[in-house]
Amino acid sequence: MATFTYNGAAYPAAPEETVLETLLRNGIEIPNSCRAGACQSCLLRAASGAVPSVAQQGLKATLVEQGYFLSCVCRPEADLLLETAGGLEVAATITALERLSATVMRARLRTATPLEYRSGQYITLRRDDGLARSYSLASLPEDDALELHIRRAPRGRMSGWFFDEACEGDAVSVRGPAGGCFYTAGKPEQPLLLAGTGTGLAPLAGICRDALRQDHHGPIHLYHGALRPEGLYLRDELQQWMSMHGNFHYKPVVVEGAGVTNGALDKVIAADHPKLNGWRGFVCGDPSIVTMLKKNLFLAGMGSREIFADAFVEAPCN
Amino acid sequence: MSSLYEQLGGQPAVDAAVDIFYRKVLTDDHISAFFEGVDMDKQIGKQKAFLTMAFGGPHNYTGADMRRGHAHLVARGLNDSHFDAVAGHLSATLQELGVGQDLIDQVMAIAGSTRNDVLGR
Repeated sequence: MATFTYNGAAYPAAPEETVLETLLRNGIEIPNSCRAGACQSCLLRAASGAVPSVAQQGLKATLVEQGYFLSCVCRPEADLLLETAGGLEVAATITALERLSATVMRARLRTATPLEYRSGQYITLRRDDGLARSYSLASLPEDDALELHIRRAPRGRMSGWFFDEACEGDAVSVRGPAGGCFYTAGKPEQPLLLAGTGTGLAPLAGICRDALRQDHHGPIHLYHGALRPEGLYLRDELQQWMSMHGNFHYKPVVVEGAGVTNGALDKVIAADHPKLNGWRGFVCGDPSIVTMLKKNLFLAGMGSREIFADAFVEAPCN
Repeated sequence: MSSLYEQLGGQPAVDAAVDIFYRKVLTDDHISAFFEGVDMDKQIGKQKAFLTMAFGGPHNYTGADMRRGHAHLVARGLNDSHFDAVAGHLSATLQELGVGQDLIDQVMAIAGSTRNDVLGR
């Protein structure tokens, strides 16, 4: 009979029992609702052990790749090590700070031990006084540093520190990674559409680099939206990627301003790509825009399981 | 005799139906306002749980859950016409997937049995 390890304790399964039933029987509260493998309330992650494929049916590819499964329909034959917390905390050093625009700083960090992550996931960065904020990863795991894009938030304590005080060599710590918005291999022909606002560009650029590195040869369309041209950044770099990769397309979009496509981001995308059947999509940035874009991509024909998103929720001031 | 859920194709059938069904619901101006601003991923999970139940599959819903889950919509004016519209989209989804009329009738009977709970009566 299989045994499940959860928060350091081992729980043997009774015959025919699901992982959820075993844990609930032992007084562990796991959120759950339909108990039919549909609603996904009872999602758990196996850090090691084989999960039966029926318990991953209907999940997004990024969840499957990370070992997530539906505990209410999971009756494993072998032991599972279950994970609940969001990873370990590791020490890190700021190795470079570079202004990409008036409001965006690129920070590079080197961790004391290598961090295993996928471009587009996020980490939580903690300063030595305990202040913590989450940032997405624009770098590739094989780069020699983590790359974050830090937007200067009005009265933002962490971003203000990065802009006004932080120096190369400063020590911080990093917890993670987390998040399911990243590239998965296996469909190299599939057209990809990536869209976001503000520093939503950080995970999106990371995902593009990851896809190109893994020889994705379907078209990759990256849209970056801002109110005005000053809100855009990384334009030269992204233009360069276009000349290096024939399948990579970058289009900056602003609501108003010269020299760039004008319009609402969703309208510009809809005009360029009215039908998205068979495409995969990634959307990151402002939560209300992410919610709207997810819906629009879906209504244009993209499958709900093919849409990966990360909405940036701002930390409240103080 | 296999169950309705098995005859329909089980969970893979739910996965196939959910996008078609939810796309119809979201593009129907009569009901789409009730879904304004809701998160797609959470909603897809709920729709799958609903379809699983309507397909005669395993579920854990009670009438009380249905009432609680829809009370805020009833307060915003959810009524029979909206219920009928959603039911119509469910039936059209199954037709689109080539499901036979006798099975569709069984699904619609299960879905219809939730009417009074959904509308808080």
